[in-house]
Parts: sequence; structure tokens; C-alpha cells
Amino acid sequence: MTRDVVIVGGGTGGAVLANDLADRFASEIDAGDVRVTLVNDSDDHVYKPVWLYVPFGKREPSDGRRPLRDLVDSRVDVVIDRVTDIDTDAQRLTYRDGSGPGRYDKLVLATGSRLAPEEIPGLVEGGHDYYTEEGALALQEELLSFTEGHLVLSVIGSPHMCPAAPLEFVFMADDWFRKRGLREDIDITYTYPIQRVHGNPHIAEWAAPLMEERDINVETFFNAEEIDAENGVMTSMEGGELDYDLLVTIPPHRGIDLVEEAGLGDRGWVEVDKGTLEAVHADNVYAIGDTADTGVPKAGSVAHYQAGVVAQRIASELRDRPATEVYHGKTVCFIETGMDAASYVEFDYENPPTPPAPSKKLHWAKLAYNESYWLTARGLL
Amino acid sequence: MSETQAEKTVDSRGAACPGPLMDLVGAIREVDSGTVVALLSDNDQSLVDVPEWAAESGNEVVGTEEAEDHYRILVRKA
Ligand SMILES: Cc1cc2nc3c(=O)[nH]c(=O)nc-3n(C[C@H](O)[C@H](O)[C@H](O)COP(=O)(O)OP(=O)(O)OC[C@H]3O[C@@H](n4cnc5c(N)ncnc54)[C@H](O)[C@@H]3O)c2cc1C
Repeated sequence: MTRDVVIVGGGTGGAVLANDLADRFASEIDAGDVRVTLVNDSDDHVYKPVWLYVPFGKREPSDGRRPLRDLVDSRVDVVIDRVTDIDTDAQRLTYRDGSGPGRYDKLVLATGSRLAPEEIPGLVEGGHDYYTEEGALALQEELLSFTEGHLVLSVIGSPHMCPAAPLEFVFMADDWFRKRGLREDIDITYTYPIQRVHGNPHIAEWAAPLMEERDINVETFFNAEEIDAENGVMTSMEGGELDYDLLVTIPPHRGIDLVEEAGLGDRGWVEVDKGTLEAVHADNVYAIGDTADTGVPKAGSVAHYQAGVVAQRIASELRDRPATEVYHGKTVCFIETGMDAASYVEFDYENPPTPPAPSKKLHWAKLAYNESYWLTARGLL
Repeated sequence: MSETQAEKTVDSRGAACPGPLMDLVGAIREVDSGTVVALLSDNDQSLVDVPEWAAESGNEVVGTEEAEDHYRILVRKA
């Protein structure tokens, strides 16, 4: 009987995993013993890091989109559909259009994050973001014509995708306005929910002096409570108040509702063993990438490394061998510190990051990685 | 150990910093004024983070209990 591996979500984690499994199971798939299905709710695979550059007019959203089928090995069944129910007792899935396999032997959830701006009163009306395609385009329009006033970047949600991205945005905005001779007429404020400028103390220690040097105002312990879009005022749970002319936020994040409905974890994040990535509340279910609640950043590099671990584990399990691969928390991120300089961090559960001084070389390395990302998704890099 | 009553409990055991504080902030957002929320955390940093945030935000830490492998910090929403 054919054994079914179903991956839900064809983003970074799902695509890398599907290609890795196609490679490992090539002969079993050809013999009809194993079937690997990748379910995604749209035709395109989306590479979100491109959105950081869209507001500054440096990239277009189409630079971050490719047909999923072009990126995935032909041995994988790509199903364009949406999973609408997960029954972990019966090991069954339900689909919007009913086109994927009903039963699974191994299920991997790689369903990513979604934004929940509606959780903060006034945010939908008052805030801009670059964490969605539409958001990045709308912000592009605002930013390209912004010549004076107060720009506020407020981190509301934590955890959120790419913890480096809010820092990158203010560093890039500062440099971009400076190069255009507008910086003196524009104030920039960065707000963060805890007592320092970043969740990771080592990155916070590195970033705070850079912000001071660049005249970027900082408000810590600032958890947005309400946004008065009409008057351009934002208030915090701590009693703070900020007037803004252009508000850019990192809105609250959630995973998909299905996760909670299936009893796999709160707010759509799947509760997993941090090493094996197995779901705590169900058998034969794994989670990778943003949806896996491991405490490490929600980053594409994390999804990529976790996909490798889960591929090895599933291959071993289906071949009745012990699964030995474990995820140690490896995370790698470039951090843009301007329009032509960047730094870089690498860390894991045990070893903290030590960001080097920003350089042009690292900026080009980030751009080069963005271009070669399509090889990563294909499983070639 | 006798436990002080809390209307809501947030279990952040296993979460790395700043996870527990952010979980608490999320819970406080959702409850009415006067409600006591209990945060379970096994991260020592929470013993500093939570009182600091409470002082800043005007909420009140009404107790900190130590269990075998975690803390239970009680915060009343202002
Ligand atoms: C502006 C920005 C900049 C970033 N920069 C970086 C960076 O420099 N470096 C880095 O490492 N990371 C970066 N990230 C984060 C990175 O993009 C994400 O962490 C990464 O995409 C997570 O991969 P994933 O596979 O978990 O989820 P995703 O890539 O989000 O994929 C999830 C997929 O699942 C699909 N899906 C969801 N629910 C269902 C369902 N029910 N049925 C079928 N399909 C479903 C979705 O449509 C989507 O295609 C950035 C993110 C943003 C927003």
C-alpha cells in the first residue's frame, strides 16, 4: 500500500521539504510505495523578504513570486487547494475543493504566519505594513511621496516574521532619506514592546548604539493599545502617546485557525518538541517554519534547516529505522543597516549571535542570497 | 504550596525570553480591568521583566510563587 506524506503549505519550508523528500524517496515514489503531496492554497510560491525593498521602490512584489510547480520536483504531487480540517485521530484531512489525499501516514504543517491587525483598535485604518504584498505596495506609495514629518515604526506583534526586519526598515529609511537630502525634515521613531530594542539581548546591544548614532528615536516598553487614525495618534498599554504622520507597524501575528481547532496549539502555532519538531498533541504530525512553536525566530532560514531535519526523520521512520536528526535552533539572518551596508547573525539554542560591523560586502551577500533563493527553494542550495 | 486565585493562567514554560513577557502582555490585553492573570514561566529573566513592565504599565504584581521547576507570577490589570 502506498504511504502518504502530506505537506500543507508551499512556502519556504514546504517547498524545501518536498524537494528533499522527492530526492530521498526517488525510487520508492517511482515504485508507487510512497507518495509525497504538497498542498498550497495558491499557484505561486512567495518569497517574502523581497517586500522589505518594495516601499523604497527597489523591488516589485513580482520579484518574489514564482509558480510553485516550477520549483518543485516532478515526483511531488502539487495540489492547489486549501486544507480546511485536520483530524489527527483518524489521520485525515479535508480540503476546500476536495482535491488532495484524504488520509495521511505523515503530515507536516508548514502553513506559516498570517497578520492579525484587527486585534489592535484602529490599526487596520491607521497603520501601514510591508509584511504583505498589498501592504508593501500601499506603503511604497506613501513613502515615495513622504518629504517631511514623523515616521513611526512600531513593533506590535511578537513573535513576528523576521525579527531583523523592523531594524532593517528604520536603518534603510534613515539612509534613504539622508541620501535624498530629506532627513532633517523627517523624524524617525522606533518602538519595541519590551525594555530593549530587540528580543535577543545581543542584537539589541549591537543595534541600540547604531540607532543613537543615526538619530533614530527609541521608545521601549511600548505595546500599542489603540490607534486614532483620524488624528494620527498612537497610545500604548504603558500610558505612552505618540503623534505620527506615517505609521508603519509590524502587526500581531497568528498561525492559521485550523491548528487551534485541531487541538495542536494556541494562536495557530503548533506546539512541538524543539528538537524533533514532532507535534506534542498528535502522532505522525510534524511542524516546520513559522508555525512550529520552537521559540527561535520566524525566519526562512529556520524553515529551511527544519525541513532538512524533518525530511531525514520521515525517511527513517518510513524505512523503519531510528530517526536521528535533531534541530539545534540554527538561525541565520542578514541585517540591512542602510541602503548599501548590512550585518549578519548566526546563532542556535546554545550559542548567541555576534553581529559583525556592517559592510558593503554583507549587503551584496544579502542581495545575492535573495537572487539565488530560487535555487534554495528548488533544493539545490 | 497554596496557590493564589487567578482568573486566567498563561503557561509560558519552555519559552525563551521575551516570550513569557509577551505572552503576559497578550493576556492582559484581553482581560477586563481588575482581573488577575497568572504567568507560569521557567525563565529567571521573567522575575525581572514582569515587575519592570508592570511598573511601567501601571499594572500590579500581586504575588510571585515558586514551584519546583517554574515561577507563577500574578499580575492584576489596572
Ligand atoms: C518583510 C519580510 C522580510 C523577511 N526577511 C527575511 C530574511 O531576510 N531572512 C529570513 O530568513 N526570513 C525572512 N522573512 C521571514 C520568512 O519569509 C518566513 O519566516 C518564511 O516564509 C517562513 O516559511 P514557512 O514555510 O514557515 O511559511 P510561508 O513561507 O509563509 O509559507 C506558508 C504557505 O502555506 C500556505 N497555507 C497556509 N494555510 C494553508 C492551508 N490551510 N492550506 C494550504 N496552504 C496553506 C500559505 O499560502 C503559504 O504559501 C521575512 C518576512 C517578511 C514578511
